[in-house]
Amino acid sequence: MTGVASYPPRVVPPPGGPPGAPAPPPPPPTATRPPASQPARTGVWIAVGTISMTFAALTSAMVVRQGAAPDWRHFQLPPLLYFNTLVLLASSGTLEWSRRRIDSARGPAGVYLTLALGVLFVAGQVVAWRQLAAQGLFLATAPSAAFFYVFTALHGLHVLGGLGGLTYVLHRLRGGGSTPAPRAALGAATLYWHFMDGLWLYLLVILVTRV
Amino acid sequence: MDRPADQPRVAEHAPPQGFLRTHVFSLDHKVIGKQYLDLALVAVCTGMLLSWLMRVHLAWPEAPIPGLGKLAPTGAAGGVITPEYYLSLMTMHGTIMVFFVLTTAPFAGFGNYFLPIQVGAEDMAFPRINMTSFWVTLVAFLVLISAFFVGDGPPLSGWTAYAPLSAVGKDAGPGQAVGQTLWAVSITLFCVAQLLGALNFITTTLDLRTKGMSLARMPYSTWAWFITSVIGLIAFAVLMPACILLILDRVAGTSFFIPAGLVISDRLQPHAGGSPLLWQHLFWFFGHPEVYIAILPGFGIISHILPVFARKPLLGPRVMIGCLVAIAFLSYTVWGHHMFLSGMNPFSATLFSVPTLIITIPATIVTLLWIGTIYGAKLRFTTPALFCLGFVSVFVSGGISGFFLAQPSIDVYLHGTYFVVAHFHFVMGVAAMFGIFAGTYFWAPKMFGRMMNETLGKWHFWLTFIGVYCVFMPMHYLGLAGNIRRYSAFTDDYLKPLIPLHRFITIAALFTGAAQLIFLYNLIRSRLVGPKAPDNPWQATTLEWSTTSPPPFDNFAGHPPVVSRGPDEYGGTGPAGDYVMQASAP
Amino acid sequence: MGKLFAVVVAIITVVSTAIFLTHTWWLPVDISAHGHAIDHQLSETMVSSGVLFVLSQLALALFVWRFGDRKDGRPIKTFPGGVTPMVVLAAVLVGAEILALTFVGAKVWAGVYQTPPDPNALQIDVQAEQFAFYFRYAGADGKFGATHPELINEASENYFGLDPAHDTTARDDIVVPSLVIPVNRPILLMLRAKDVNHAFYVPELRIQQDFVPGLVIPLHFTATQTGKHEIVCTQLCGLGHYNMRAYVEVMPEEQFEQWLKDKASQQ
Repeated sequence: MTGVASYPPRVVPPPGGPPGAPAPPPPPPTATRPPASQPARTGVWIAVGTISMTFAALTSAMVVRQGAAPDWRHFQLPPLLYFNTLVLLASSGTLEWSRRRIDSARGPAGVYLTLALGVLFVAGQVVAWRQLAAQGLFLATAPSAAFFYVFTALHGLHVLGGLGGLTYVLHRLRGGGSTPAPRAALGAATLYWHFMDGLWLYLLVILVTRV
Repeated sequence: MDRPADQPRVAEHAPPQGFLRTHVFSLDHKVIGKQYLDLALVAVCTGMLLSWLMRVHLAWPEAPIPGLGKLAPTGAAGGVITPEYYLSLMTMHGTIMVFFVLTTAPFAGFGNYFLPIQVGAEDMAFPRINMTSFWVTLVAFLVLISAFFVGDGPPLSGWTAYAPLSAVGKDAGPGQAVGQTLWAVSITLFCVAQLLGALNFITTTLDLRTKGMSLARMPYSTWAWFITSVIGLIAFAVLMPACILLILDRVAGTSFFIPAGLVISDRLQPHAGGSPLLWQHLFWFFGHPEVYIAILPGFGIISHILPVFARKPLLGPRVMIGCLVAIAFLSYTVWGHHMFLSGMNPFSATLFSVPTLIITIPATIVTLLWIGTIYGAKLRFTTPALFCLGFVSVFVSGGISGFFLAQPSIDVYLHGTYFVVAHFHFVMGVAAMFGIFAGTYFWAPKMFGRMMNETLGKWHFWLTFIGVYCVFMPMHYLGLAGNIRRYSAFTDDYLKPLIPLHRFITIAALFTGAAQLIFLYNLIRSRLVGPKAPDNPWQATTLEWSTTSPPPFDNFAGHPPVVSRGPDEYGGTGPAGDYVMQASAP
Repeated sequence: MGKLFAVVVAIITVVSTAIFLTHTWWLPVDISAHGHAIDHQLSETMVSSGVLFVLSQLALALFVWRFGDRKDGRPIKTFPGGVTPMVVLAAVLVGAEILALTFVGAKVWAGVYQTPPDPNALQIDVQAEQFAFYFRYAGADGKFGATHPELINEASENYFGLDPAHDTTARDDIVVPSLVIPVNRPILLMLRAKDVNHAFYVPELRIQQDFVPGLVIPLHFTATQTGKHEIVCTQLCGLGHYNMRAYVEVMPEEQFEQWLKDKASQQ
């Protein structure tokens, strides 16, 4: 997996092959290391691992807490969350679109759109909190509400971190989009953003089924 | 930040200009490594002073300590430590030592300095994240220390902070108000910092190795830091949310860890439904791997240094790596052995006991590999070598008691006693400290460009080695005699006959602690005026010895080495003697 | 230097082992029915791990003595047989030791903690609080009154939160600050915590168990000798933790019945 994979598959002429000559066999997969090792991408994968662990710990805490006492209280999630979900999914789409068109001039446009949608998502989550608060459901009202706020807040913080990362990538893209480094950074940021999507879908399932 | 390897290896960030960027907010992994080590030095002095106070109080409960009355007017009026204040001292001692010494020095400190050099990289993968990691650690430390100076004083619920004592707030006693909150905030920050650090370590090891540096050729210390990072990445990712939930219980009125119907200080607590055991499970899921975070870098450092002074390759290099990986994996299956008597299902005690005992197999093999390496060697008794040998001895002594505590049927008697104190101090305190000392004497020439004094170093070793046995071996006897821990003032009960043994330990602890002043003096003096160190004073082979002492800004002055050999080719014939450098031509 | 190291390690090993072997400091007398199994398991572990301890330390000392500062000019030698036999041997030996310890140890543990209490056991309620233990006997009716945390009142000595005004079973409950039990009769303690974690530890009874707020934890044992011993809290419970102690007094059966009658008449 490389961060700059292109889609739809373009036929890239093998480098070095003289025109007309039978195409040389594709180079064997690199022996020890990928030709362009990408610390940014590795770093994001590691972050994905550790963030997953954090939410796994919280999930198990929720299961234990729910079983510990009969005071679990189910409540209706604000329907706004589903709209927010769509916003977040859309932001992932625009980022993916942008990543695949990074070589074109329109490339960064998708990143801007993603930034806007990301901010909208976070704002939407805040509004959802306020709706819950208006119903009298605060952090300390019920254990289910406590976990709802903890999950959404932690996820929101990670999304905000992603927005910061995207801004940084954008800054570097404008500094010279064709060099490999910002492209790799965009690839890594996209990976992180998709993970935020996946994580949110997981949380939504957890919240819908348990809260 | 993300330079592909096929580009020329130039530092992404230019050499810094100005004092602030060079020495304070530096992105250079070497400066950050030294900052971590200096922080650990401050922390270890603090932690050791606290242990002195505790030991004096245990042996002579009525003895006034000059000056202490001014520092802690409530906890030690007139300089006499109260049994209550003893609990605060113990809590702070444990927290400082476990987090800010045993995690920062061998892992974050030496790891930051030497991991990139040992794999032939010119810096960590993410220098900015690396710098952030240090400064967050520093803030965490300051937040923790500030607990000494807030109104009610430091927390007293131990480094394990068992809920609900740690969760209910000021009703649980002074120190459980602001002090405990500061504790929880500090640990949360510390987790974040270590996660950022681990991310850097892993990425650097995976992606920034120089040409020829295959995994099999990595030095054992690099392997250990890498494996420790993986452990930390999982462990701190669990402790962090646990601490967040604890903070919420304390300040936001939630009930994650506080059950219904608690009456504390005559007040029915406004909480319901929480689970105290949940905190213990989350804490120990972190807590046991944390023990290995403290000791595995020591394993790596010893395996790295011992061959240098044995002039012989490590016995069974692949077995060593395999054992480290096995220990790391098993460390996640054993947390329940801290909770045999906690009220969890007794059947699960048996389940947790088995992997705990199984860990002794790789641990035994690792020890035998070190001892087997010494067989047939040509040992050179430098100070770092002595600390390596001492490490093997104290690690055996500490590990053996694990056989007892791993069995619930024996733990039922020993769990609350000094036997446990002896066990974890030997194995993760003293052994880890010996690893740190070995590393310091070994790498100081590289880090500071100056040699440390060998005579002082040897005095330091002998006094420390004999001292720690006098301090911690008798604690086993105390434990067998039923002397309970986390407890002071044994003046009027069944523990009174044990006071003479406590006095012996205290005197030994004061002497051993004073012997550390030799180290401190040696360290500071050699940093300032020690004789200039050659590039490779120990005739060692790994990449840090291929560069200058201290290394230039980008470690290899723009010429990253190409590696063609394993990390410990000693005992043969090479151009310069009985060793071949990793970076020498094939 | 190598010889000095070897000698120091050998001295440390011999002295510390000798102190263990001579029982200079050792477990207090065992007054429980199950304790001998624990003591036996501890002795077995002491022997097997002691052998491992002595062998490892002495091998270290021996090799350091033999191979330190070698001036003979001979080349280095690898360990006889290489690494494989050594690793296999270590794994087999330690593995066998572990297997043996687990097998016997699990039985001992199960015998104490996983067996149901004797149906005729004398049940006593224990409430741990900062920083005291209180013990409750059912009284003449053999029934314990229900507990209500909101009624707990130190001033009126209602430590358990009983409601004698409405609850007839609570009226004859006997609440005392020290544990009095008959010898040779199974005892079942029900451990509850009023505020934070505590622990119940009597070294002579070879029994230790945490109190956990929100849980009622059963603990059963049989005392086999009369006498008076200290109960200490071994779980850090706050400011006065060092002061949290009580006594367990083991009496002959008749004396115990008399004591119970006396207490009941004082209610």
